[in-house]
Amino acid sequence: MAIEVRIPTILRTYTGGAKAVEGSGSTLAELFTDLDTRHAGIRDRIVDADKGDQLRRFVNVYLNDEDVRFLDGIETKVGDGDSITILPAVAGGALEKRMA
Amino acid sequence: MRYDAPIAAVGNTPLVRLPRLSPSADVRIWAKLEDRNPTGSVKDRPALHMVEQAEKDGRLTPGCTILEPTSGNTGISLAMAARLKGYRMVCVMPENTSQERRDLLGMWGAEIVPSPAAGGSNTAVRVAKELAERNPDWVMLYQYGNPDNAGAHYATTGPEILADLPSVTHFVAGLGTTGTLMGVGRYLREKKPDVKIVAAEPRYDDLVYGLRNLDEGFVPELYDASVLTTRYSVGSADAVTRTRELLRQEGIFAGVSTGAALHAALGVGKKAVAASESADIVFVVADGGWKYLSTGVYTAATTEEAIETLQGQLWA
Repeated sequence: MAIEVRIPTILRTYTGGAKAVEGSGSTLAELFTDLDTRHAGIRDRIVDADKGDQLRRFVNVYLNDEDVRFLDGIETKVGDGDSITILPAVAGGALEKRMA
Repeated sequence: MRYDAPIAAVGNTPLVRLPRLSPSADVRIWAKLEDRNPTGSVKDRPALHMVEQAEKDGRLTPGCTILEPTSGNTGISLAMAARLKGYRMVCVMPENTSQERRDLLGMWGAEIVPSPAAGGSNTAVRVAKELAERNPDWVMLYQYGNPDNAGAHYATTGPEILADLPSVTHFVAGLGTTGTLMGVGRYLREKKPDVKIVAAEPRYDDLVYGLRNLDEGFVPELYDASVLTTRYSVGSADAVTRTRELLRQEGIFAGVSTGAALHAALGVGKKAVAASESADIVFVVADGGWKYLSTGVYTAATTEEAIETLQGQLWA
């Protein structure tokens, strides 16, 4: 089951420079765990182990362009053919903070 | 329809179904054609409403100077209203804004104060606030924080949509000042508590992030997250692709930010189809494509080339 994951510049050190990689899983949490088996360390940059493995505050994740914070966050269901975009929230993500 | 003056013809825009772009017979996409306003954009509604409310409460009096930070449409609308009503208009605008917009503002008699390109509209807001402090007799209507901006949409756009399409299930618009989403969102939610309010936010490629840096943290005072059901982030490539599809398949010549709103509308449409739900999805055509012709996105031979021409440019 392939899910496309678009990687921001800042995280491409984990993907050998690749702008997009593929992964699998039925939720975002599973997908990020799967990615980490091939791109060691990337999961820790996206989820915060100290905050119950929620998305890091300054990271935005989109499922087919929809902000997952308005869906089910890290537990959002994903499936074959979906596209995930990971983006850093620039300049402190003031908007995200208010939206959370 | 007949009106007593050009300025009275703001609003009452057509709502048209898009038969070719709607995903199915049960999931319908509707375009609210705000480019049909007197100066060609949705901003005529908040601009006129903000001016008239300021006149009503005595903040604007004959001979006043109106000051506004704007990257285009709001300034153009305010400049038109100011000329007709006899006010002087000063716009603070990022220096990298297109020539078309400068010409349009000048045409309606507005004076332009350039602000540094870095930081975009956020810097323009700061420069305008400084100017307002130095000129206490100038009136800054301040679209980002003026409740009459959202109020215009609460009073007109929302009721028009509900009257034309009582079965509306989703409302989609671009996220800028947030006035359209807040005003229409609040109105529709009061009448139809289950309605979904969807924001389409521009997402720029890495190249533009430097330019946008300061812009990112800016949250308009009008913004209230509780009004939104969800938020889409739309990249340049998708915005351009949808803008061209809208032109080719439905004959609607719209600005690039409209392509982003359409992309989000199609996104929620796809979800409705997958869930076997019926839906009437309204999205806002904020303006026509005229002011963006020089970008080349409409005339490029292929969508790939069109996407290429927009690389590194701000489009919303």
